[in-house]
Parts: sequence; structure tokens; C-alpha cells
Amino acid sequence: MQRHLISAADLTRDDAVLILDTAEEMARVADRPIKKLPTLRGRTIVNLFFEDSTRTRISFEAAEKRLSADVINFTAKGSSVSKGESLKDTAQTLEAMGVDAVVIRHGASGAPYRLANSGWIDAVVVNAGDGTHQHPTQALLDAFTMRRRLIGPDAGLGQDLEGKRITLVGDVLHSRVARSNVDLLHTLGAEVTLVAPPTLLPVGIETWPCEVSYDLDSTLTKSDAVMMLRVQRERMNAAFFPTEREYSRRYGLDGDRMARMPEHAIVMHPGPMVRGMEITAEVADSDRCTVVEQVANGVSIRMAVLYLLLGGNEPAVTHPRTEEK
Amino acid sequence: MSKILIRGAKVLGGEPQDVLIDGGTIAEVGSGLSAEGAEVVEAEGKVLLPGLVDLHTHLREPGREDSETVLTGTRAAASGGYTTVFAMANTFPVADTAGVVEQVWRLGKEHGYCDVQPIGAVTVGLEGRKLAELGAMHESAAGVTVFSDDGKCVHDAVIMRRALEYVKAFGGVVAQHAQEPRLTEGAEMNEGIVSAELGLGGWPAVAEESIIARDVLLADHVGSRVHICHLSTAGSVEIVRWAKSRGIAVTAEVTPHHLLLTDELVRTYNPVYKVNPPLRTERDVMALREALADGTIDIVATDHAPHPHEDKDCEWAAAAMGMVGLETALSVVQETMVDTGLLDWAGVADRMSVKPAQIGQATGHGRPVSAGEPANLTLVDTAYRGLVEPAGFASRSRNTPYEGRELPGRVTHTWLRGKATLVDGKLT
Repeated sequence: MQRHLISAADLTRDDAVLILDTAEEMARVADRPIKKLPTLRGRTIVNLFFEDSTRTRISFEAAEKRLSADVINFTAKGSSVSKGESLKDTAQTLEAMGVDAVVIRHGASGAPYRLANSGWIDAVVVNAGDGTHQHPTQALLDAFTMRRRLIGPDAGLGQDLEGKRITLVGDVLHSRVARSNVDLLHTLGAEVTLVAPPTLLPVGIETWPCEVSYDLDSTLTKSDAVMMLRVQRERMNAAFFPTEREYSRRYGLDGDRMARMPEHAIVMHPGPMVRGMEITAEVADSDRCTVVEQVANGVSIRMAVLYLLLGGNEPAVTHPRTEEK
Repeated sequence: MSKILIRGAKVLGGEPQDVLIDGGTIAEVGSGLSAEGAEVVEAEGKVLLPGLVDLHTHLREPGREDSETVLTGTRAAASGGYTTVFAMANTFPVADTAGVVEQVWRLGKEHGYCDVQPIGAVTVGLEGRKLAELGAMHESAAGVTVFSDDGKCVHDAVIMRRALEYVKAFGGVVAQHAQEPRLTEGAEMNEGIVSAELGLGGWPAVAEESIIARDVLLADHVGSRVHICHLSTAGSVEIVRWAKSRGIAVTAEVTPHHLLLTDELVRTYNPVYKVNPPLRTERDVMALREALADGTIDIVATDHAPHPHEDKDCEWAAAAMGMVGLETALSVVQETMVDTGLLDWAGVADRMSVKPAQIGQATGHGRPVSAGEPANLTLVDTAYRGLVEPAGFASRSRNTPYEGRELPGRVTHTWLRGKATLVDGKLT
């Protein structure tokens, strides 16, 4: 493992499988009456959130607390950041207080990379979502959910997702979840197809290790998992698609479409869902939909990541990508 | 003023010759000239060029003296071998009145490191809505002939048309920053493979090319000339080439950084590579080099854009756009054009001195190195190779993309009308 977790693309297959296997162990902790490990006792982790994201922040916080770390929550609103303090100064201020790891959520793509590679601080950096770039722990929890559902919690140990057909549907252009998932699922051997209207796919996507389709119906029948991405309503006003209803008809997942998926196939969503837009209530509330499981798995994955990054269990794997020349 | 004998310099890269400066003028060019009464500069192996002319410099004064002043900017220019810089209008206040352009012009005169020729804004406040008093700026002491809203595009087709027409009355030229604003909302880097991966807002090539296409057609229609700032894409080259083949009066510039760097560097998220127009792809770089060599692109202009450290020591989205360039321009041109065999030193003199002086009507600059001409000269040690060290820059800012990079060539001397502004690499 690298020192930091910035991008899902930085993970090797073995890194990723190690994280998933470790998360299985962490998940077992959640089944105990006392859901706590002493592993990170005395270590301090700051959740540095420049963007509102209660779900992700709470998930990290739960993971940190279950590992007995000391947790500091920092949100930009009402802090010195709103008075014009720079990312560098904020980070250095926090590090001066003795922080071992920084979990950062930032609206600017690349902010965690800068934090990890600019010599501003020495702490471990975990990317909790940056702009439209990456959200690696989301991709890991998604892969974990797929492995548990499609292979099994025990049978899956040591396994990757070789040959699994995963379809992601929605606003790929603005989605860090899509980017992270494409990178990680490809590393894990899955076959990924992105489905979206052409307006919501980035120029330059042709080099991504995945297939691209504009037609949801033809890919559904060939999918082991279908992940619906949130489509923000304001995209409509920027001419990405004509109306909410048209989007929903062409790219939304309803009961009829779900019925055409293979029997074993699951429906996923990173949340928050926009019911009636990309997913109907019927699908969201069905047994095939893993959205609540994904939330639970998120805590296990984040425990695994923090444990591996801070617990000292480091295989000597280095990757040049996040090291500045 | 005393006499100076430059001995054994390769004039425009040709055979070694002696050049005698007397006062502000080149007195004689030949072999074995007498050194009597003259200070001798041994120039064996070095290349002598006419003083360089930069049609696109941001001096930042008035308003952003924390990043550059006319003094520090012209010192940087002299260090880089320049004897004239054209100062862009996007200062605070904007150089959209005779008062502001005269202020900048006077500061240049007082400091004396190089001639400063202010560029006037095309529209009031660079807002693109109302023509600035172009005639008043032309008639001021600054004698403005180049007008540009650089930093912003004159995107309204009617305003652009009127500006092109209006400046014909006094022989002016509009220099367009070609950037379709709607296509570049939220743009942070070149739109393509790298932006898709990095999740940074894309700046598509078409946003530049569509404006250039429109403006060459407008210039043709109203019979005006138009200059295109910092052309950055292979498609723009094709449009300018087509326009020139039709006899349209268009000139174009390319920056040194667009001749050398690509958007692959943005993978570091280091804002030192954030610039507008953005770094493009390898294919674009090669097309730009070829176009500069064949004359489709007329000149090299630096787009020297100083920014204070804090505006680059941050995350990409928060960073300012731009790079300093005056002190590395000639080295980058040697690396990309001369050492690759695309251009000889006479060609460099043409693209970095003669043509920019013509486009901007900088009298007395970009002249031949021959007797009777003003002694605006630059002496270059072309055999030198060294690492770029921003700490040694004369510019107040350090936002260079070349830190630690090895580049060829070093300007050792610069003379402005016979007065040395740079001697042995040191400012006078």
C-alpha cells in the first residue's frame, strides 16, 4: 500500500483485495455487542470537510471511533476557511496539533493530491472525495458490496471480481464515483460499462478501461450489478438533457427494467438517491437494491483503509503516480 | 556615450563579425574593426540578435505591484534579451484610458531597462460591451497602436467588428484573446483525455478555434488586420493558414510554453502548469512548432504573467492562471526550434524581434544588425546549458513551469540604444 489513498487508480489488485479482506474482518466487529477495536488508540484523525457531506463524514467518523482513534471534525463552514484561509494554512494548523491522518473532502479536483504531495504536511492523507476526480473509499465499498453479494462474504476472501459485468448509469461527467469505480473495478478484473446520454460523458473517455453505451435497455440484460448514479436536477438547466421526465424515461431504473436484469443481479446506488429521477421507489425499496448495505459496508471499508494506512501493516509496494517529480 | 566593440559575434548566427556601437547607433559591422577608444566585449562563439520584442507582457502595474512592477518586469525583460515589451491592459485600473497608458509608458521611460509600449483595452473595463477611447489612447504620449482585452475575449461579434474597423483610422491593430466564453465556463485545463481522468473542467480547442475563424472572416469582411494572441491548438493553425492563403491580414503569436509543454503535466495538479489558454497535447505542440517554422505563426510572444507565490501554492481550482516567461523565452525557443533544426538564428530574430516590432509598430526595434541602425542588441551564449533557477529571476514572481529543467542558451548582454542593460548576465 502507498502512504496515502488519493485515487483508486493507485491501488494494485493485491492492495485492493487486501483492503476488501481486511474489511471483512472489520465487518465482523460490527456484529459484536461491543463494536470497538483498540487498534488506533492514541492516534488522531481529522475529518477535514470543505464540502457538505454528512453521510461520508459520519461514515468515516464511525470507522475512526470503532478503531479507537481520537477524532476531530473540521467543516469549512463557519471556520477560518470561510474567512479566506488557504488549504495549506488550514492543513498546517491541524498538523501542528498533532494529527496523524487527514481525511479530506474538497470541492476542487486534486486538492487531496496537492495536500499529500506538496510538502505542506507529513500526515497520511485519505481522499474522501475531490471535485469530479476520485472517491476511492466509495469505489472500495462498492466493490466490497459486489463481492459479498455476487460471490459471498466467506467465499469471496482473497477473490477479485474477475469477469463480473458491472454497469454504471447516469452523470458520469460530473461523477467522482464513476471515475473511481472504473479504475478499481478494472483493476479487480470486472467488465465495466458506462451508460449515459452523450452529454453526460466526458470528452476523452475513449481511453478509459471500460465500454460506453447510450442505451440502458441493451446493457441491463448483461449486467451482474447495475449502479445508478445521482443526477442533479440543476443539470437540466444547463442543457445536458431536455427534461427530468425524458431523462427518467431513457436512463431511469424502474420496476420493468429491473425485471429484465438477470435474476442474481443487484441494484446499487452511492446515495443520496433522487427517487423518481434515476431510480423509482419500487426499485430503491426492493431486496435487490443494496443501498443500505453499502452504507454499512462503507464503515467496514473505511476501518480497513485507516487500519492499513495507520496500523503499520505495509507491504512494500510503491507507485510512482502520486509522487511528485 | 562611449564606444563598444562586440568582437567576433555570430551575427544572426552567421559568420563571426565585429560590431561597433557608437552612442545609440551601430557605427560599423565588419571584420577586424579597431578597438581604439572602445570598450571591448569578447563575443566569440556567441550569437548576436536584434533586441527581442515581446508583444505580450503583463507588467501588473498599476494594481498588482505584489506580483510585478514596470521596474521589475522590465528588468526581467532585459535579462531575457528584450529591448521592448508591450504591456497588456488588464491592470487595476484597466488601461482603457489615455491616463493609464501614459502612466505605464512614463514608468517605462523612467526606469530605462527596456522600452515599454502600453497596449490599450478594446472595451471599457475589459467588459466587452462598450469601446474604450481607442483614439485618445493612440493620440496620448504613449501612442498606443495595439489594442487588446487579453485575459478576456472580445466575444461580441459586433463589438469586435467595430473595433477592427475603428482602429483602421490610425493604423491600429486588435489583438484577440480567442476564447468563446460559454464554451469555457468552469474551464480549468485542456479538454481531452487528461481532463476526463483528472476531473478538471475542460477548455475545448473549439472554443479558441471558433473565435479565430469568426475573427479572420470579420477582418476580411471589413478589410482590417487582426492579431491572434497565444494560439494554442493544431486546429487554430489550420484556420490561420487558410486565412493567410486567402490573403486575409491576420498575424498570430505562440508562447514559449505552448511550444514545449503538454497537458500531461497537469497530472501533478501543480498549479504552476495552470495557464490560459491551457497546455494542450503533443500533437498541438508539434503543429505549433511547424507553424512557427513555416511562418503561419508570425511571432513568439511570452504572455509573461507574474503571480505571487500564494496564488500558486494552493489547490488547482483556487490557483491563478499564467506563467512568467521573459527570462526563459529565448532558451525555450532554442530548445524547441533551433536545436531541433526547425529554425535558424536568423529565423529566431525574425520571430522574436523583427515581426513583433512590425506588428506593434515599435519604431527603432527589430531592425537589421547593420551600420546606422539603433543599437538594440542581444548577445546569446548558445552553447550554454543549465538548470532554470527561479531564485535568480529579476521578475518579482517565480511562477515558472521550468524550475529545475535543463534548458540551453543564456543571454549575456542586452543593449538598449547602445546602453548596456545586461552585462555578463547581470543587470546594470
